[in-house]
Amino acid sequence: MLRLELRDISKQYPEVKANDRVSLRVAPGRIHAVLGENGAGKSTLMKIIYGAVRPDEGRVLWDGREVEIRNPNEARRLGIAMVFQHFSLFDSLTVAENVWLGLESTRALPDVAREIAEVARAYGLALDPARPVHTLSVGERQRVEIVRALLAKPRLLILDEPTSVLTPQAVQGLFATLRQLAAEGCSILYISHKLDEIRDLCHHCTVLRGGRVTGEVDPARETNASLSRLMIGAEPPQLRHAQAAPGAAVLEVRGLALPRRGAFGVELEDVGFAVRAGEIVGMAGVSGNGQQELMAALSGEDPRAAPDAIRLAGRPVGRWSPRRRRAAGLHFVPEERLGRGAVPALSLAQNVLLTRREPVGPAGWISVGRAAALAQGLIERFKVKAPGPQAAAQSLSGGNLQKFIVGREIDARPTLLIVSQPTWGVDVGAAAQIRGELIALRDAGCAVLVVSEDLDELFEVADRLVVIARGRVSPAIAAGAATPEQVGAWMSGLWATEAAHAPA
Amino acid sequence: MLRLEARAAPSRAMSWLSPLLALAVTVVIGLVLFALLGKDPARGLAMFFVEPFRGAYALSELAVKATPLLLIGLGLALCYRANVWNIGAEGQFVLGAIAATWVALHAGPGTGRWIVVALLAAGAAGGMAWAALVALLRDRANANEILVSLMLVYVADQLLGYLVYGPWKDPAGYNFPQTITFLEATRIPRLFTGLRVNAGFVAAVLAVGAFWLFLFRAFAGFQLQVGGLAPAAARYAGFSSRRALWTALLVSGGMAGLAGAFEVAGPLQQLTPYVPAGYGFAAIIVAFVGRLHPVGILFSSLLMSLFYIGGELAQSRLGLPKSLTGVFQGLLLFSLLACDTLIHYRVRWRPRHAAPGAA
Repeated sequence: MLRLELRDISKQYPEVKANDRVSLRVAPGRIHAVLGENGAGKSTLMKIIYGAVRPDEGRVLWDGREVEIRNPNEARRLGIAMVFQHFSLFDSLTVAENVWLGLESTRALPDVAREIAEVARAYGLALDPARPVHTLSVGERQRVEIVRALLAKPRLLILDEPTSVLTPQAVQGLFATLRQLAAEGCSILYISHKLDEIRDLCHHCTVLRGGRVTGEVDPARETNASLSRLMIGAEPPQLRHAQAAPGAAVLEVRGLALPRRGAFGVELEDVGFAVRAGEIVGMAGVSGNGQQELMAALSGEDPRAAPDAIRLAGRPVGRWSPRRRRAAGLHFVPEERLGRGAVPALSLAQNVLLTRREPVGPAGWISVGRAAALAQGLIERFKVKAPGPQAAAQSLSGGNLQKFIVGREIDARPTLLIVSQPTWGVDVGAAAQIRGELIALRDAGCAVLVVSEDLDELFEVADRLVVIARGRVSPAIAAGAATPEQVGAWMSGLWATEAAHAPA
Repeated sequence: MLRLEARAAPSRAMSWLSPLLALAVTVVIGLVLFALLGKDPARGLAMFFVEPFRGAYALSELAVKATPLLLIGLGLALCYRANVWNIGAEGQFVLGAIAATWVALHAGPGTGRWIVVALLAAGAAGGMAWAALVALLRDRANANEILVSLMLVYVADQLLGYLVYGPWKDPAGYNFPQTITFLEATRIPRLFTGLRVNAGFVAAVLAVGAFWLFLFRAFAGFQLQVGGLAPAAARYAGFSSRRALWTALLVSGGMAGLAGAFEVAGPLQQLTPYVPAGYGFAAIIVAFVGRLHPVGILFSSLLMSLFYIGGELAQSRLGLPKSLTGVFQGLLLFSLLACDTLIHYRVRWRPRHAAPGAA
């Protein structure tokens, strides 16, 4: 008998049909992948199973019986547990306290702590119930969420993009846990857009595109290319990657140290690396290891750095404002598009003015016509899907807004471009275009620093790699000579031994 | 169970029409109110919307009341667009009046007309200084500007009281708490003989153009608004949030102070404890009803002025309390907020146990 069956589920949102007659069959003890791009309808489908969203049409069967899951409480009562992509943990509480708070029953805290330790041991999840959450790495926080889900002894576990925050080693650990769970009879719904992982882990795969099921396959028998065809309707575009011809160092960071801001910030310690003209340096690392702090120090949003800790073309810029650095050729694309890279309520033409001075006359008056022309030029050159320069930034899809923002900075002809998470939440086509633009910029002699959590992306575009972990940055290594395993080990901060003989 | 659901695409046209809709709602509630008070609703309504337009004198009075509202409202709109919540324009208005009076009291029989310029400058500086206290406390001590600016209103009232009951009291004024009547040279020039409307109204209308240019064509104005809309984007762009804070408070304080100077040297011609007539608070409503847009504020200040005059007429001709003005102002703001909410959200009735199709 099937553990869970969805029949012809449809859900219409005002703007988009998120699910269009989607059917899904999950057998006991199977790991079932749901594959699709951002916006393919995966999240809506999971929310329907978890009772957070009601379908407009269709039926849900649990153990062969038709059920109506009205809210997450009812889902939990049936034995459905979910680990979300974004954790909901209180930083200042311990692991046990966090789990205890989420329980409905009135069990005593020490009992819960004991149970956490038992479950963690049984599934090989190293976790100390007494540790405060803010001292945990992202991978450890995810373990808290998983243990919390397992305490309910679920019969169906849903995981939403669980590996996006993990090192390659941690991913293998997670997979071992999931396989053990499945062997014990728990069904697992595994949501992802990473083809390798699905082929490695899952027994069965349902592919969604535009809210519809486009394939039901055995992932072990598929190739990345065939899965990609089902997911995006085309094979992943290949990047042309010519040999880099790096010139002089444009960005030199040396001995950069910054005390942390706020209780849960990350302290930067003795950060040093360089980016040369005509090369792309990729910075790998699990989020929350100091990327935000480092980016703010490099962009000038946090001007506390020692002046000569950051040098731009030889000049000490550590205390310069973002505007002054930009005037000196440093352009930056932040990871948050809405609210930081662009003002949501303002038009594209107005958003041009955030980082571009061309439409502003010497007396400080804005030429509205020139701003609109500049925005129109960006829309055409970078193939941004937008009604025109007067469209509000918030009306664009994530991928199109990212193309616009990256385009705005590339079009400024920077000498150094720093890009944080260039393709986060961006569809495959736009991601390939953005990566292609970055490489073209490099070939034109610009120094480029790409910070990303996506190792595949970094191996694709970068000439050299550095790794950031716990507020420190590793020595650089040529991308061609690095392996994902080595970079993964470095992501846990383990480069000290190798660093002694590696060239910085 | 009633629920508010966000609309996917709030109508742009409706968000511009919202103030008119709010006005209509206010009028309807006003009609009911008059009926409940036992007055002829049509006559009551005429007090508010017909009588204030009858004749040159009435129109002049409309402009006189609209002048401070317009000046203050423009400054506040800029402030609120920068996400700085100055609600103490009333206090800045009082300080402007005090500073202008200080200049006026220095005039003698031989003083030239130039003193009006000095008096207006002093008024603006007084309002700015009062707002600068707010900026300083926010900038240095991170004190909440809403509370500080509001509390400074009461300090300003006390200061005014001290001056008119004490050192500045007119020795020949039968011990009334008021200064001497200003000398002719220190009065704001009137536009027409016999009517109280003065150069202040012209200045306020010109300010509409100046604010429009600053908000929509000046890079400085753009930076200020980005700081209000998305502080992280302003930091990213390198727009100074401190400069935005100071600019917003100094401009709005200066405008309120200027309004105080025009008021005390224009229609009032002396400093009394009754200078704070609530313009500083009413201008908050003016700014929002005008959609924080200079041209909108021109219209909303005239509307609010109607309410002031209508309240006075209702008192003298219908025997209703003057506080009707406040009731109408409150009704208008409340209706506007309600209209805005309904433009952005829809109300859905949802039974607790709905069928799956109903969600």
